[in-house]
Amino acid sequence: MMAKGAGFTHPYVPNAAPEPRRRLLAAIGVGDIDELYASVPADLRLQGVLDLPPPLPGEHDLRRHLEGILARNRSCRDLLNVRGAGCWQHFVPALCDEIVGRGEFLTAYAGGPYSDHGKNQALFEFQSLLGELVGMEVVSPPTYDAGAAACSAIAMACRVTGRRGILVPALMHPDRLSQLRGFTQPAATITTVRQDPDTGLLDLADLRAKLSSAIGAVYIENPGYLGSVETGAPEAAALAHAAGALVVVAVDPISLGVIAAPADYGADIVTGDLQPLGIRMYGGGGCAGFIASRDEERFVHEYPTMLITPSPAAGGGIGFGWSTQERTSYDKRHEATDYYGTTQWLWGIGAAVYLSLMGPKGMVELGQGIMARARYATKGIAAIPGVRVPGQNGVVFKEFVVDLAGTGKTVAAINRRLLGVGIMGGHDLGTEFPELAARMMVCFTEVHDRADIDRFTAALAEAVR
Amino acid sequence: MTAFHAARWNEPLIQELSEAGARGIIPPATDPAIMQAAGDVLSRLPKALRRAAPPALPEVTQHRVVRHFTRLAQMCMGFDVTTDMMGTCTMKYSPKVHDHVARDHRLADVHPLQDPETIQGVLEILYRFNRMMCAIAGMDEFTFQPGSGAQGIYTNACIIRAYHAARGDQARRNEIITTAFSHPADAATPAVAGFKVITLMPGAMGYADVGALQAALSERTAGMMLTNPEDTGQYNPHIREFVDLVHGAGGLCAYDQANGNPLLGIARAGDAGFDLCQFNLHKTFSAPHGAVGQGCAAVGVREPLRRFLPKPVVTFDGERYGLDVDRPDAIDKIRAFLGNVQTVLKAYAWVMSLGADGLRAVAETAVLNNNYMLNRIRAIPGVAIPWPANTYPKLEQVRYSWEPLFQETGVASAEIEDRLVDFGVQHYMTSHVPMLVPQPFTLEPGESLTIAEMDAMVAALRAIAEEARTTPERVRSAPHNASIGRIDGEIPHDPATWAFTYRAYLRKRSAWSGPRSPRATRKHGGY
Repeated sequence: MMAKGAGFTHPYVPNAAPEPRRRLLAAIGVGDIDELYASVPADLRLQGVLDLPPPLPGEHDLRRHLEGILARNRSCRDLLNVRGAGCWQHFVPALCDEIVGRGEFLTAYAGGPYSDHGKNQALFEFQSLLGELVGMEVVSPPTYDAGAAACSAIAMACRVTGRRGILVPALMHPDRLSQLRGFTQPAATITTVRQDPDTGLLDLADLRAKLSSAIGAVYIENPGYLGSVETGAPEAAALAHAAGALVVVAVDPISLGVIAAPADYGADIVTGDLQPLGIRMYGGGGCAGFIASRDEERFVHEYPTMLITPSPAAGGGIGFGWSTQERTSYDKRHEATDYYGTTQWLWGIGAAVYLSLMGPKGMVELGQGIMARARYATKGIAAIPGVRVPGQNGVVFKEFVVDLAGTGKTVAAINRRLLGVGIMGGHDLGTEFPELAARMMVCFTEVHDRADIDRFTAALAEAVR
Repeated sequence: MTAFHAARWNEPLIQELSEAGARGIIPPATDPAIMQAAGDVLSRLPKALRRAAPPALPEVTQHRVVRHFTRLAQMCMGFDVTTDMMGTCTMKYSPKVHDHVARDHRLADVHPLQDPETIQGVLEILYRFNRMMCAIAGMDEFTFQPGSGAQGIYTNACIIRAYHAARGDQARRNEIITTAFSHPADAATPAVAGFKVITLMPGAMGYADVGALQAALSERTAGMMLTNPEDTGQYNPHIREFVDLVHGAGGLCAYDQANGNPLLGIARAGDAGFDLCQFNLHKTFSAPHGAVGQGCAAVGVREPLRRFLPKPVVTFDGERYGLDVDRPDAIDKIRAFLGNVQTVLKAYAWVMSLGADGLRAVAETAVLNNNYMLNRIRAIPGVAIPWPANTYPKLEQVRYSWEPLFQETGVASAEIEDRLVDFGVQHYMTSHVPMLVPQPFTLEPGESLTIAEMDAMVAALRAIAEEARTTPERVRSAPHNASIGRIDGEIPHDPATWAFTYRAYLRKRSAWSGPRSPRATRKHGGY
């Protein structure tokens, strides 16, 4: 009996066509493809065919189908978007899209020093360029996202110090905190440090009180989740070090043209998300993390990731190898304390292109332009009757909190009205922190021009009325 | 000899292309009125937090950046460029139309926290693909949040942990059983999740036997996590008995379907009694591997475990798609937001282009191609097929051995791997750890290749084996026709010479000519 798939000819499965199938079966001396499945017991074999929708084998038909579904989305090009909170709308140079769209990169995978020399060089350059931003000599290739990077980095700090206690900001990114709770559940204990809900800044007295010889890692976000530049970071790092803990700082890498490299104010390990660096949002699929540290063996040995390093090549030039693979879960198996696998390397290539294009001047101009827009926006928004910008007197980078309690309206209601005029309003913080009900977090970046900011401000004034 | 030569640009590092004052791109202009109203924003930063000097990034004009990365791209052997049969990686054709659609701004420029009413299209794809995966796997609900196979397996481990915790049995049930030829992540991720991991070793058939499993089971068993077929391409026909035994001991069974390509439309995880499973959408479901990601794992569960899936879960009321975040029993977040939705779109498109018959044709063809390769490689002098007692046809891949050739010539599999690149094909995968097969190499041809491409791979292997006998130095000094020559193998592992950034490279380069220190030993702190 011929198997179900016999005679199926599709552009993606050449040898399913009758003639090559016949040739292959003849070459191996098998009459029916079913014989090749002799190891799969009959009672485990699927009876009948999978219950799937009828296929669209023609490319045009498939494309129409897919685009018909996507047409039900309204993108941040259709809308004026001021929502951030872990994934942010930034300018993406055409060249970033161009390079990450190249088939050679897109369809490469686990090739080594010789077969994927170009991929490995691009990722080494990613490590290098990011190292300049954060001021560190060791940078990993991309991890999954900022949350996963924080998990790995904090666990590294605990292993290096031999301590299980972790201090994190109370108002840190809630998804990241959830990832961290899950990841450290068997091995460590998380305690939160108070943050001022208005300024978003760490309560250093509370930090001091919670530091002890049990604390291995102090995790700081700068800017904090609520957008404020964590001006207390240097002091927090000093306090942590005095207590024998290591300091993990999560940064927004696009801020580092103007904000100090975390290595310069006490960070031992740095993490963050690459997505702002030339990666589109992709509904969150643009997120990709990184880990960085000083070049000390005690840190390097704890990296869960591949680490790409140059090495001299026969015939001249440098090639690239993967260092000390025995650190990774691939080699450690049941002795692993962390895991690694396919992550988000393509976005590392995109970020390398981005930083190569921007150069030092570009990163400074960007940082300045973003801070100016956010500052400009705080002034306009704070002038709306009934609306407060509690962090206005602090330093904000691109995000800040808008307190709408004085308007008597909920964030959800205001956002509904904004959406009615084509605006994706700010993130509703009350859905994550009950104490921040009636507070909306907004985000302004270099993609917003003056007219956008003015339009948002005017629409918000209208919506709260 | 071969006529192939890879692109060899001797392309400098991007920093070496820097020319003071050059610009690659100009950021968006800031309106003077904004600048004026905002004032000197940088002066608002306290001194300790204000960047003293611009980051030392290269200054390169735009076209040179284009050329730089285009040249680097040309020095890669992705599936678009050449044959890639890397075992366990399920390399296959990733249709171009999927990438083009995924770049549509209605996906690429969508924010993950948009109101569901504005992303009905994204949610529809997630929902529809969820139902399709349930049909393919015999499961009741999927999540696409994990960003890779390893993260998907980690998700399985977290769900098993949550299941026992909900029953108040977490402290006692702290052991996960896996097999030596399952992916390393099947051992590593449950260990990370806090389990003690027991690894079953293969018997004479090349897979663990029932007796080995029985000996490992106890009241401490939390579950079993394995691949089948394993990374050897061999299917354990006793799998149903394995599942029943683990269930009998009170454990859960997680099916790592990283090697699921040969079973599409043939056999389903749910029908074998598994409680949960995961598939790699960037492997089996054709989404491009992305130079090591953007990956995505589809993690599926049976009804009793549904409540443990991470937030959010996409819902559909017959008219509108929504996001369920009110899930008190959900495990913690695995990846930010909804996961790599662009990867899900590509996998959805692939299944939609093939349908049920097409998926089955994929599986059957992958198995057919693999057995064709096996039949031809078996005939190369110097190759051995491990576990001769196992006479079943292999499924989608084979773990071969060059041991006879190594005994005869002293040329190792890893050296042949490097030489292979000179023949214009991607190098092969030797083996995951533990390397139980001597001088291993693992080939998975997949369903995409033509007979001529398979024959070319066989011819290359045969030619290299012959070289090992006649001109072994030619193999040992390979590659010769690649984008770069053979690198010093020790420098990457010596703390005095490894360099993970350009700044470290500048500092340490002078040590390259010095003596090598012994390979660094791990100094593990431990909790």
